Amino acid sequence: MVEEEGFRRYIAHAILWIGIAIVAFPVYISVIASTQDNALIANGQMSLLPGGHFLETYYQTIFVGTSGSTREPVGNMMLNSLVMALAIAIGKIAISIISAYAIVYFRFPFRMPIFWIIFITLMLPVEVRIYPTYKIVADLHMLDSYAGLALPLIASATATLLFRQFFMTVPDELLEASRIDGAGPLRFFWDTLLPLSRTNMAALFVILFILGWNQYLWPLLITTRDDMQTIQVGIRKMITTTDALTEWPIVMATAVLAMLPPVFVVVVMQKLFVRGLVETEK
Amino acid sequence: MQKQAIFQSKLLPYALVAPQLAIVLIFFYWPALQAVIQSFLLQDAFGLSTTFVWFENYIELFKDPAYFAAIVRTFLFSLAIAGSSLSLALLLAVMADKPLRGVMLYRTLLIWPYAVAPPVVGVLWIFMLHPSLGVLSRYLRAMGIDWNPLLDGDQAAALIILAAAWKQISYNFLFFLAGLQAIPKSVFEAAAIDGARPMRRFWTVTFPLLSPTIFFLLVVNIVYAFFDTFGIIDTMTRGGPGTSTVTLVYKVYSDGLLGGNLGSSAAQSVILMVLVIVLTGIQFRFVERKVTY
Repeated sequence: MVEEEGFRRYIAHAILWIGIAIVAFPVYISVIASTQDNALIANGQMSLLPGGHFLETYYQTIFVGTSGSTREPVGNMMLNSLVMALAIAIGKIAISIISAYAIVYFRFPFRMPIFWIIFITLMLPVEVRIYPTYKIVADLHMLDSYAGLALPLIASATATLLFRQFFMTVPDELLEASRIDGAGPLRFFWDTLLPLSRTNMAALFVILFILGWNQYLWPLLITTRDDMQTIQVGIRKMITTTDALTEWPIVMATAVLAMLPPVFVVVVMQKLFVRGLVETEK
Repeated sequence: MQKQAIFQSKLLPYALVAPQLAIVLIFFYWPALQAVIQSFLLQDAFGLSTTFVWFENYIELFKDPAYFAAIVRTFLFSLAIAGSSLSLALLLAVMADKPLRGVMLYRTLLIWPYAVAPPVVGVLWIFMLHPSLGVLSRYLRAMGIDWNPLLDGDQAAALIILAAAWKQISYNFLFFLAGLQAIPKSVFEAAAIDGARPMRRFWTVTFPLLSPTIFFLLVVNIVYAFFDTFGIIDTMTRGGPGTSTVTLVYKVYSDGLLGGNLGSSAAQSVILMVLVIVLTGIQFRFVERKVTY
């Protein structure tokens, strides 16, 4: 170990705490603002200490919504976000793991072309094909539906690649052994391969849940009904009205509620999160 | 590389790939193809007839000063976001890589902003730096700066860059830390024995050994600045004031939203696709297998 002299070590601690302060400050402000009186905030008189409106603001945010034009309870938006995030995460894992299984454990005509067709979708993020995709979803009558929110985001080349890579490392002996036991391809998949993939699936789930919860552009386009809004879209609509009418404590409470689930997942499942992030980006 | 032990089945593998293949074909290839076809067509004002116009939509785009400005702006944003976020994250990662007490706590406290969605990032920062009620704006005005990002285009651009770079710190930090931890400690010891001071050790030993990670992160950050800043821009400035924060992706969105020129919007999408293909290509060509974690 290269020894660090005392003075340098203090500098390192100081720099890290400054970094943490930079990272945490905007969030601190949002939590504080969500407990204060709107009139004070609108005057630019906001204090940097918690106010006394915590319960009242969060109650109104979750169960009532803003008093302005879009009167949609944020609780409902969170439910929509949750359904979408879960559908994207579970859907991606489910369809990717079975297609990776087919590509690794079977030889069939068009195996490699199919692999490439899936692989190339890495290069077609939803942002570059928004309007044509919107048109297709509209033609399929899936606007304002959970299917429309989730399906176009569900195909994932990264997840397929990840499972493919993992399956390649699974020893062949396992397959031989279960074949001797008389297991067919589906039994082998269910009884042997799935249990082995648990950690990979969990790590992937953490990342995909966060990405799904944080989707913005796509839900913005395809939800027109207020009751189908996700929380990310809802918060934007709260600040559309003229500045004077923006109910900042409610906006900030919504921001806090929008951050809570994914931040909770990152902090509590940090190991899986880091693993998932590193694996999917490789 | 292929597996030796495999199953024999004629239909099962097709059934297994069918769901993914169906989604990919319906929601990826079909729309992408539509965009390509649409980009060669010109629709009349009432949407009643379309004519095949070859590359006219593309030529019009590149003759349009607003599009050219958006290209330049997007690249400037990318460089500014990647540059500021990467350097701060590298500094923090180098500090956190030292044998300090509480490193795990530092890591936890630094990585969670990864989970904050871009629109929420936008809301947080516009609130802090709002011209009339922002907590930080008071100090800027006290310093004699006429702060109003809702009217001043350069200030709006600075605000977007600041917010976007802030969000990306944790991601970059995490990968820098992983990269640093992969460097064998004996390398530093050798340099220390040779008498290299810490700063010199960083520039002559750490930085070169970290270059694959830096390159990888540079590409990822550029892609991030191109696409994921949409939510930040849309909640903070809506591309304004004027068009001073309109990036390429934002332009596809807003041009299409106004229901205006479908052919032009499609051509813009196709150009973006080509850009993503180039960036992904670079990532795979130069990054894969060279970055180790």
